[in-house]
Amino acid sequence: MKRHLISAADLSRADALLILDTAEELAGLADRPIKKLPTLRGRTVVNLFYEDSTRTRISFEAAAKRLSADVINFSAKGSSVAKGESLKDTALTLEAMGADAVVIRHGASGAAHRLAGWVRGSVLNAGDGTHEHPTQALLDAFTIRRRLASGARGAGLDGLRVTIVGDVLHSRVARSNVLLLSTLGAEVTLAAPPTLLPHAVASWPCAVSYDLDSELPKSDVVMMLRVQQERMTAAYFPSVREYSRRYGLDVARMARLPEHAIVMHPGPMNRGVEIAAEVADSVRSTIVEQVANGVTTRMAVLYLLLGGTEFPATEVPATEVPAVAR
Amino acid sequence: MCAARNPVAGRDGLAVLDAEEIRRALTRIAHEILERTHGGDGVILLGIPTRGVPLARRLAERIGEFEGLKVPCGSLDVTMHRDDLRLHPARALGRTDLPPGGVDGKTVVLVDDVLYSGRTVRAALDALNDLGRPRAVQLAVLVDRGHRELPIRADYVGKNLPTSQREVVHVQLTEVDAQDSVTISDDGRQP
Repeated sequence: MKRHLISAADLSRADALLILDTAEELAGLADRPIKKLPTLRGRTVVNLFYEDSTRTRISFEAAAKRLSADVINFSAKGSSVAKGESLKDTALTLEAMGADAVVIRHGASGAAHRLAGWVRGSVLNAGDGTHEHPTQALLDAFTIRRRLASGARGAGLDGLRVTIVGDVLHSRVARSNVLLLSTLGAEVTLAAPPTLLPHAVASWPCAVSYDLDSELPKSDVVMMLRVQQERMTAAYFPSVREYSRRYGLDVARMARLPEHAIVMHPGPMNRGVEIAAEVADSVRSTIVEQVANGVTTRMAVLYLLLGGTEFPATEVPATEVPAVAR
Repeated sequence: MCAARNPVAGRDGLAVLDAEEIRRALTRIAHEILERTHGGDGVILLGIPTRGVPLARRLAERIGEFEGLKVPCGSLDVTMHRDDLRLHPARALGRTDLPPGGVDGKTVVLVDDVLYSGRTVRAALDALNDLGRPRAVQLAVLVDRGHRELPIRADYVGKNLPTSQREVVHVQLTEVDAQDSVTISDDGRQP
């Protein structure tokens, strides 16, 4: 494993399987009376959140606490960022406080990568702009493996067909998932209107379709993406109703899926836009499971990055450009 | 290497136990567990991964053969409780698998292949502490090679093997390594 987790492209198949296998062993912890391990006692994890987040921040906080790390939560609102402090100055402050790991969410793509050059501890990308969100991809892979590939140690996702639907253009979840799931052997198809696909999508390791209905009968997994209205600066589709008609997952569409197929959503959901309420609450939906798996998967990542020997201070931070550039 | 300063020099690669001797040692330990726990009532066997787990399973089988008693058997991973985590890169985790009913009120027999510094057993006691409150905890090992760094001893020992700290004791079991043997070497290379 590398020292930071910035991009899903940083993970080899062996790295990704090590994380999933570790998460599998840690999953038993949730059923025990004492849900805590002493492993990261005395280490400090800083949650540096420049964007709003419910599940990711709480998930990282729960994961760090279950490993006995000290957690410092930092949100841009109410901090010196509001007074105009730069990311670098904030990073140096955290550095001076002795953070062993910084979990960063930032509105600018590449923020985590920049931060990794400034701090000594490990940097975990919890979402940078429209670029990547690697721990979300890991928890999604973990959920898929448990549901469809028996969760066995060392098993990949070979041959499973995953269809990622919707606002790929603004989605860091989609990019990380395409990279990670293809590393693990899954066949990924993006189903979206042409306006919501990035220009460079042809270089991604996946197929592209504009027609959701033709993809559904051959999908093992359907992953719905949130329509990110807050990032939309132009008219990408005529109306929300029309988008929902063509790319929303409703009961009729769900019926076209194979018997065993599961429905995923990274949250937060726009019920009635990309996913109907009946679908979100159905037995095929893994949405609540994904949240629980998020804590387990993030524990695995924190353990593997912080649990062993400190990385040598001389090691230069990863500077290579991710395989899929924006 | 000077023979006078190293009393055990010259046994590099020596087989300490062969398959037959391992079988006999486990048979004896199984009998001793039955004796010491008055018939094995309320006993559960927890193997410490990797090689403690098949050893625990074999002991449970023996006890079943002798007394027709089904002793619950599981595994207890101690990685997250080790005191030397910071000395190595992060290790892959083993499996913790408790028999149904847990450890509360039971006599837990921890099973491992080699007892050396005692640090693994200390970690196991900590791990056990988070899982419940056993009535008693005992320790069974296939080989006790000495050099304890903590006040820990085994209740059941397959073979006491005086060693020098430079030597490496290597246990192989068919479930993991395709053969049963215990060997000793000077430099850690495998037989």
